[in-house]
Amino acid sequence: MKEIKLIEVKEEILSDNIKQAEEVRERLRKTKTMLLNLMSSPGSGKTSLILQTVEGLKGSLRLGIIEADIDSTVDAEKVAARGIRAIQLRTGGFCHLDATMVTQGIDAMAVNELDLVIIENVGNLVCPAEFDTGAHKNVMILSVPEGDDKPLKYPLMFSVCDLLLVNKIDYLSLSDFDIAALRKRVLALNPRITILEVSCKTGAGIESWIDWLKGEMAAFKGAK
Amino acid sequence: MNNVRKVMAIHLQVGKLSDLEDDWIQRYFDYLSKGTIAEGAKLKIERMPVMVQCNVCSTSYEADIARMGDLVCPACGEKGGMLLSGREYTVKEMEVQ
Repeated sequence: MKEIKLIEVKEEILSDNIKQAEEVRERLRKTKTMLLNLMSSPGSGKTSLILQTVEGLKGSLRLGIIEADIDSTVDAEKVAARGIRAIQLRTGGFCHLDATMVTQGIDAMAVNELDLVIIENVGNLVCPAEFDTGAHKNVMILSVPEGDDKPLKYPLMFSVCDLLLVNKIDYLSLSDFDIAALRKRVLALNPRITILEVSCKTGAGIESWIDWLKGEMAAFKGAK
Repeated sequence: MNNVRKVMAIHLQVGKLSDLEDDWIQRYFDYLSKGTIAEGAKLKIERMPVMVQCNVCSTSYEADIARMGDLVCPACGEKGGMLLSGREYTVKEMEVQ
């Protein structure tokens, strides 16, 4: 008998990851630890932003960093050199982090002693947008040299983020990057997103990022 | 469980916002399914539309993926909106023997 049967499945392929991400969020809600997922292209300034954040917070929040790299510990070493608790996850060729990998990261940290954990995701505007890490807030960086057309090419990334930091604004005078056009494109994709302009090199705008972070932190701690 | 000897085909629903190409999904699947009862199964991929809801009048409409930066509500002309769907990866059904 070679009869073909049809089996109805109707199952989300990413359902395991979504479930795991919910568990991470709930677990960290209990310890009042806010988890922030930082995403961008390679070289747009994720590590520099983290270093600026350490400076800007001036010890007002207990901070931990989960570094994700395909196969190096360079970023974790830079962060740990500032006396910040850092965990390195080597993704071993994977282009993004998922909730299971993040769980390993927070298992390795005493999260109940931390107010804020920042995930430095793998540099990539495609895959990290697809996988819920369990973060409470998603933040992305777009740097001026990358161009103002990126929302047109990677719409999903811009759609899933709560905050966009436009970094390297010290390069604006050298480039034809149109900040007004960028804002229009991003807000059309995601009207809830906040957009801030910063330069991790000169420190311009870093205060506004720290204020945003403190505001979100206060709202997170205040929620039950 | 279902007394399946061989999986002939799998129907997937993939949102149009996914950057994965059909050919590559099949190639990855072929690699991963080697030595299982699903080896050789054909993936039938249905691309699901990107649906957006207007923030002003709540009308739902399909967005053109090539023009995601210039969304305009067909009912009231408002720009932009909330993403309702278009990100899914769902196994809808399987053809088995």
